Amino acid sequence: MEFLRPATWDEALAAKAEYPTALPISGGTDVMVEMNFDVHRPSAILDLNRIGDLATWSIDGDTVRLGAAVPYSRIIDELSGPLPGLALAAHTVGSPQIRNRGSVGGNLGAASPAGDSHPALLAAGRDVFVEAASVRGTRLIPIDDFYTGVKRNSLEADELIRAVHIPVADGPQQFSKIGTRNAMVIAVCAFGFALHPKSRTVGTGIGSAAPTPRRAVEAEEYLRGVLAERGLWESGDLLGTEVIQRFGELVRDAASPIDDVRGTADYRKHALAVMARRTLTWTWNDYSKQIRSAA
Amino acid sequence: MSGTRTIQGQKNLQNIHQASKDGIGGSPLRPDGTLKVKGEFAYSSDMWHEDMLWGMALRSPHPRANILSVDISEALKVPGVYAVLTHEDIPGSKYYGLEIQDQPALAIDKVRYHGEAIALVAADHPETARRAVKKIKVEYEVLTPITTEEQCLDPETYGYVHEPHEYKSHGSGNICHSQKLVSGGGVTDEIRALADVIVKGTYEVGMQDQAFLGPESGLAVPAEDGGVDLYIATQWLHVDRQQMAPVLALPEEKVRLTLAGVGGAFGGREDLSMQIHACLLALHTGKPVKIVYSRDESFFGHVHRHPARMTYEHGATRDGKLVFADCRIVLDGGAYASASPAVVGNAASLGHGPYVIPNVRMEAIALYSNNPSCGAMRGFGAVQACFGYESQMDKLAAELGMDPVELRQINAVTQGDFMPTGQEIDAPAPVAELLQRVKDMPLPPPLDLENLDVRTLPGALSNTSHGEGIVRGIGYSVGIKNVGFSEGFDDYSTARVRLEVIGGEPVAMVHTAMAEVGQGGVTVHAQIARTELGVEQVTIHPANTEVGSAGSTSASRQTYMTGGAVKLAAEAVKQALIEKGRRRYGWEHKDITLVGGKVVSETGGVLVPMVDLLGDEAIDLTREHHHRPTVPFDKETGQGFGHVQYTFCANRAVVDVDVELGLVKVVELTAAQDVGKALNPLSVVGQIQGGCTQALGLAVMEEIVVKDGKVRNASFTDYLIPTILDTPPIPVDMLELPDPHAPYGLRGVGEAPTVSATPSIVAAIRNATGLALNRVPVRPEHLTGTL
Ligand SMILES: Cc1cc2nc3c(=O)[nH]c(=O)nc-3n(C[C@H](O)[C@H](O)[C@H](O)COP(=O)(O)OP(=O)(O)OC[C@H]3O[C@@H](n4cnc5c(N)ncnc54)[C@H](O)[C@@H]3O)c2cc1C
Repeated sequence: MEFLRPATWDEALAAKAEYPTALPISGGTDVMVEMNFDVHRPSAILDLNRIGDLATWSIDGDTVRLGAAVPYSRIIDELSGPLPGLALAAHTVGSPQIRNRGSVGGNLGAASPAGDSHPALLAAGRDVFVEAASVRGTRLIPIDDFYTGVKRNSLEADELIRAVHIPVADGPQQFSKIGTRNAMVIAVCAFGFALHPKSRTVGTGIGSAAPTPRRAVEAEEYLRGVLAERGLWESGDLLGTEVIQRFGELVRDAASPIDDVRGTADYRKHALAVMARRTLTWTWNDYSKQIRSAA
Repeated sequence: MSGTRTIQGQKNLQNIHQASKDGIGGSPLRPDGTLKVKGEFAYSSDMWHEDMLWGMALRSPHPRANILSVDISEALKVPGVYAVLTHEDIPGSKYYGLEIQDQPALAIDKVRYHGEAIALVAADHPETARRAVKKIKVEYEVLTPITTEEQCLDPETYGYVHEPHEYKSHGSGNICHSQKLVSGGGVTDEIRALADVIVKGTYEVGMQDQAFLGPESGLAVPAEDGGVDLYIATQWLHVDRQQMAPVLALPEEKVRLTLAGVGGAFGGREDLSMQIHACLLALHTGKPVKIVYSRDESFFGHVHRHPARMTYEHGATRDGKLVFADCRIVLDGGAYASASPAVVGNAASLGHGPYVIPNVRMEAIALYSNNPSCGAMRGFGAVQACFGYESQMDKLAAELGMDPVELRQINAVTQGDFMPTGQEIDAPAPVAELLQRVKDMPLPPPLDLENLDVRTLPGALSNTSHGEGIVRGIGYSVGIKNVGFSEGFDDYSTARVRLEVIGGEPVAMVHTAMAEVGQGGVTVHAQIARTELGVEQVTIHPANTEVGSAGSTSASRQTYMTGGAVKLAAEAVKQALIEKGRRRYGWEHKDITLVGGKVVSETGGVLVPMVDLLGDEAIDLTREHHHRPTVPFDKETGQGFGHVQYTFCANRAVVDVDVELGLVKVVELTAAQDVGKALNPLSVVGQIQGGCTQALGLAVMEEIVVKDGKVRNASFTDYLIPTILDTPPIPVDMLELPDPHAPYGLRGVGEAPTVSATPSIVAAIRNATGLALNRVPVRPEHLTGTL
């Protein structure tokens, strides 16, 4: 097995072009586990840890450019303001050790339906892009097009993830995850939700309840409609239980979970409806407080 | 009591009467503690030997199949492979087992459970061994596994796990062992008619795993005399040897075992795992062989807690007096017997709980099935039953409109009462008091909805609730467990104590074969030696088979049994030293003892420093400690003086349940336990808190999920054990009522909380949700109707 340690991004891209089957390693919290379990026997490993700027982030206007290797612990410490949904998701990942090593780039690379970043990224809006690069050039993949199947993503064999572009939150965001213990647990199912007052839209993301992370598009549309028709963005008035209930049902119906050792499909659907109701309530309460205090 | 012995009166003795603070009753630091915390302790998986090979097993992917052929030729061709062995290469007996020798060391013509070992490889690198294992070709005829109670009990239709002619147990059909019990008038319609209220229930316990962190591992080194030295993480060196020697076709003295660093056990190391395999490979290749299981292999490499299905019927008078109990406990023993007979014995004899019940009928059976083998795990037999009878007590209290604690207290056993086995409880049994104590402890503050910290809520940082759906519940339970091996077993312990002068100081050395598996036995042995011999310096000899058996580190027995042996040996050494002094100095005093490194007498003062009396001589004596004899239970009536000692623990659980999401946070788990005498109070509290935590795991998360005989979650990703965020404060109220039959009056402590705490948590969840909850672990699906 070859072990490649490029010092720069260009060297990394060149190496990936030369060895398209090389397995990138960032925090290694997925890669090392799979190698231990003998899931992978890659011909080569491409270690990205020497490329310093992969572990940096910056804000350009309304967008955070989050380096692929920024660990969860730094997202929690440094980005809870601009990326509250992702920071809440990061909080639920593994243990302190895993959060110190694991990254959003790695979560996207693994593209597990249970990855906790995904619901938060999906909910963060339609301007979330995965910056993928190769010796052929750079492209911005819309998050909606990124997940293509169970543990599959739309990266080409010669591409690496350099960063993720995520709009700075312009409204409250929430993330909830079900696990059968109170820490260190893979999601039985998860839900990310965001209010986007500027665009008068809402964002959703469902985790662990379908072959890929996915949005609850009908639920988003329903809520967008209600908020617009009733002038709620302006008034900040209560949503009412009927709206909350309906939203929960639509989120539930967007999922297509399976029965497995972590939980039943019925439970996942049930829990998604509850989490959808609760996260909507929390975000809306925050939003209406903001409106009222501004008024 | 000798532990707190002081000599009063003589002024000149004041300074030396101070018994060592690190003697019994103290809490000196564990010798292995700092190393373990710093990650420097050498576990069995850390061992290395020059020239060593790595052993690995090929395991069956099927729970039930005939093996049509095994082709090892391709595996043998892999460069670096030294040996590939099947059952045909076994020189001696092909079967082993703790109580019934029904398990082949390597599968012979058929496999009976998912993960059964079929062939072994030794290679110069673990990766090479892994590749070679994959090259062994096995042709199977896959059969439908026999996995449910209904299938097991109908062998004509579904088949036999062991063919009728293969039976080595007293069982038949697919029953490995059974025990009946009848006391009073049994349970008949006339007896039933005496009860004003009757409650019935069926309860289930899932398959729990010991989930020790150090995987099975050991190093076998072939010896020049044709024997083998095995360095091994186990619970009982001598019984390992007893099972290994016939398979290796060696006399026992040529199979020498030394304890290697044990990373937890909880019963899971009571059976053999890789011991025979490593030795077969080492003897075959003439090279040292190390085997270390991966985590997933570990789940297949040891037995688990028996899953149980239990039916209970209790009758009581209107004022809450129990009239009868009718119980049937079906334990799934899986493919091989392991400890099933003892588990059945415990379930049958303790399965009605610590209650006075005039009329009892009980039947407990262990099935043979094609599920994973089950055997010893902390509290076995008693754990499953306690969930059944304590659930019944709550049901009965509700039916009678009584306080559940009061109902239990009304019926609680106390010293002088008789168990349904006819055995008198001839030591303190403060069951009612233990319940009162947990009830009287202050309750944790209610949830503060104003200043919420999500970490304290069900779901914690998963951020599922900000107070919505949370309901608090409280539950109580009490349990009973036997200490030591029962039913006529003489599980004696041996200890060797040596006293000599080293570096101008008297030093004691304690040598036993006790497996230190984390329980702190080595700390306690040194404490006993300090107290009995009046020395400060004690060294603990590595545990090995050079000294006699110490019995198993299980059944809450080691402090009682091997601690008792150390006490006997130390007392003998003390007497020998005093005799020596009498001979040399002609002392006439009757009250000579050893304190602070000196031979002293209340009437004579300091007689002589031990150093002077010992000189160059070492006193080195070995003693055996046997507990009082017990007898087997009568097969049909269950009558007999079967248990050495009883131990009791009561719990109160406070839980917060998110009733909408079905998530649980145990807020507090209080324990009150009678420990007889706490030789090391810190360790005792640690045992009780650890036992409660393992019980919490069974209550709300721990289960090996088996479907059609196949294990679905052989990893710590999906076999969940409590993290620190799941583990609540566990206040412990320790009672010390000495047992007159036990050394120092002590009572085994390790298992009672594991028995009793699970039902208290489930009772609390019932209290919060109003649901019946007849199965553990309780899953979110049970609480939300989404199963
Ligand atoms: C104990 C434990 C607990 C865990 N708990 C959780 C949890 O609660 N929630 C959760 O979501 N995950 C969890 N995980 C999984 C893992 O930590 C996350 O998926 C993490 O985000 C992976 O990041 P990493 O940097 O370690 O990735 P790595 O392991 O380095 O890589 C993961 C995958 O991404 C690819 N990759 C990495 N970087 C790049 C790149 N720049 N370009 C292209 N491909 C790349 C790799 O080739 C690999 O396929 C857990 C893992 C462990 C071991």
